[in-house]
Amino acid sequence: MTDRSDEILRLDGIAVHFPVRGGLLHTLLRRARGVIRAVDGIDLTLRRGEVLALVGESGSGKTTTGRVVVKLTRQTAGRLTFDGNDISALWGTAALRAYRRRVQLIFQDPYETINPKQTIHDFVAEPLIVNHIGTPEEREAKVLAAIEAAGLRPATEFAFRFPHELSGGQRQRVVIAGALVMDPEVIVADEPVSMLDVSIRTELLRLMLDLRDERGLTYLFITHDLSLAWVIADRIAVMYLGRILEIGPAERVIRDPHNPYTAALVSVAPTTDPPSTGERATRTILVGETPDAAHIPAGCRFSPRCPYVFDRCRVEEPPLFDVGGGQSSACWLSEGGRSLPVLPRPEPAAGTATAGKPAVAPVPSAESA
Amino acid sequence: MSERIPPSQVPPAAREDLLADDLAPAADDLTTDGDAVTDGDTATAGPPHAVGRRQWPLPKLADPDAPLLLVDNLTTYFSLEKGTVHAVDGVSFRLDHGEALGIAGESGCGKTTTALSLVQLLPRNARIVDGSMKLMGIDLAQKTENQMRRYRWREISIVFQGAMNALNPVRRVVDQLAEPIEHRLDQSPKAARKRAGELLELVGIPKRRGRAYPHELSGGMRQRAMIAMALACDPAIVIGDEPTTALDVMVQAQILELLERLRRELGLSLILITHDLSVIAETCDRVMIMYAGRVAEEGTVAEVFRNPRHPYTQKLLSAFPNIRADRRTLEVIPGSPPDLREPPPGCRFAPRCTFAMEVCSREVPPETTFAGVRVACHLYPEGGDGMPVTTPPPNAIGATAPLVPPPSDAPPLESIDEVRGA
Repeated sequence: MTDRSDEILRLDGIAVHFPVRGGLLHTLLRRARGVIRAVDGIDLTLRRGEVLALVGESGSGKTTTGRVVVKLTRQTAGRLTFDGNDISALWGTAALRAYRRRVQLIFQDPYETINPKQTIHDFVAEPLIVNHIGTPEEREAKVLAAIEAAGLRPATEFAFRFPHELSGGQRQRVVIAGALVMDPEVIVADEPVSMLDVSIRTELLRLMLDLRDERGLTYLFITHDLSLAWVIADRIAVMYLGRILEIGPAERVIRDPHNPYTAALVSVAPTTDPPSTGERATRTILVGETPDAAHIPAGCRFSPRCPYVFDRCRVEEPPLFDVGGGQSSACWLSEGGRSLPVLPRPEPAAGTATAGKPAVAPVPSAESA
Repeated sequence: MSERIPPSQVPPAAREDLLADDLAPAADDLTTDGDAVTDGDTATAGPPHAVGRRQWPLPKLADPDAPLLLVDNLTTYFSLEKGTVHAVDGVSFRLDHGEALGIAGESGCGKTTTALSLVQLLPRNARIVDGSMKLMGIDLAQKTENQMRRYRWREISIVFQGAMNALNPVRRVVDQLAEPIEHRLDQSPKAARKRAGELLELVGIPKRRGRAYPHELSGGMRQRAMIAMALACDPAIVIGDEPTTALDVMVQAQILELLERLRRELGLSLILITHDLSVIAETCDRVMIMYAGRVAEEGTVAEVFRNPRHPYTQKLLSAFPNIRADRRTLEVIPGSPPDLREPPPGCRFAPRCTFAMEVCSREVPPETTFAGVRVACHLYPEGGDGMPVTTPPPNAIGATAPLVPPPSDAPPLESIDEVRGA
């Protein structure tokens, strides 16, 4: 379909730091204020016609990255290039109008995206009116075409309904229609199917892939669910605390993860296989949750939770090492393209320490009351 | 968190424990308490029960030999202005001591209504019109609201989905936890707070974090607090209504691990309600698939998931994105669930079913049992061998294609592979 080197969007060293507002005491004592490093220097290339999935836990900076791409959040540092033009310094509604016609955003929650008092038609038509596109007749045709393209057929039957008359899946189709009506080239989809049932998810994913084939769309697909990324993406980028820890073709990232974080995510990915196959024993459940971006650990930011951690990790942050096949991993173990060593599994006896632990909190008995 | 030893300073074997056990309280914290109680009179406070830590006698009429929970022909309707919604329409199942049952299905299949019927927390316009729900032989469906209080939380408790909405935002977590203990179990405020602290440790929240307000806790911590609350009155059955749906994958894995541990250690019986089949595969012994208010299939997780019989179960499983399967073989279930104000006669799945026969739209399929699996489908008639009586016609209405056709006969995909740099 397209040339491999055909970049449409490029992020170079993009960083977003949010200052922490201190209280009065902080001001009086002239204490240094912290910053939240939501996105902390990422390089990313979006190729025309591909689906790039940005995967990470909450707080990993994936949504902020998406907002930088659609210019809803100002980057602290770094450069954003779209179709060969540097748009990093492009701000203001008027200046961005042309850009926003070509790059559209789909949010997670179809219940909150659509104004409940607006008909489907008015919701989809709004961007055309705001941007003064076409005559009323042309707009009408575009709106109906977009509604049909999003799979709500016949469009005339849906156009004058209100959001509450639609199911969750249909609402998300309306949101997609609202994005399509501008004929965009890139769609940034932030968890577009997370709110939906598994069976409806599939329909929407298929719709998104069909639209890609028909219209040559490019997607930046943001999700916390690695299995969804696996199903839809050509390439996967795994984010953690504002950095990309691993990126590469979906097949390689999932089947042969080089970064310990990706490997842990793959090992806990949901599956419907009953666990008696011994799969559960090989899972790596990481301790705790993503630490907050105001206190990013020194050295490799994943090191405090990493089962492979060694001394160098706590001192020096690893860059992305090319491990071949278009895949890169930010881990000292990947230096020189090495694979992850096999971690020694605990012997069954080691588990007794846990089993013997009386984790039952007894109810205070009558005597203590 | 600070007193925990960083994983790197622990020998590899023990480190695995840390990984798996997450924030479990340190062993020596609890040993003394635990011993005191086993030696004390509490161990004999109740009759020999699966849990062995039960603090009060069974309800007077309870039959200790009866199944823990036996639901028969449960039927719950909602009355709306525009008609009656047959949300749950003749659902039967059984739950034994220490067992975990998963209830799965799409939104609107009646799984949550089933759960709310069990604890009788239904909205005002809903009512149980038929059936029985026998807890150790006592029919809860016959209980009035006042009588039900004896059972709710103390015998059956429920963990709701949105922890942020279920917790009171202006009260400290430990206080919210202590309140039901104080009132329901007649404990002194001091003893209740002590117990609340212990419950928090049990679910992996350090005791002192109990002084936090809900907004100061992360999503996973809040869900842990909700689980602690469900355990407060030491119930025999805990119902989890989508307990991990709003959580990250890694946190979800932690919560499931926690539920698993609690079940093992406390001998709890669990009912997990979710649309996420992986959660059930992970934690449950048996699974019940519901469709449009009825049971489609029910059996052990291993049998139902490896060898699904009902066409709906088959579709549901193949619509699940699986990282260990081939890429892009996801299937779509065509159509949408029926309007439960006027459910179709016969099998409710028939309009969407690839296998649909003439009889399906006419007669309600009876539930038949093969190899421990209960299935309601005309493909498996009574007295059959458990094999379908027919195979689907190749181009039947509702036949589905994979999400993306296999690369061999789909030139567009090849070019995408090129883009991918494969």
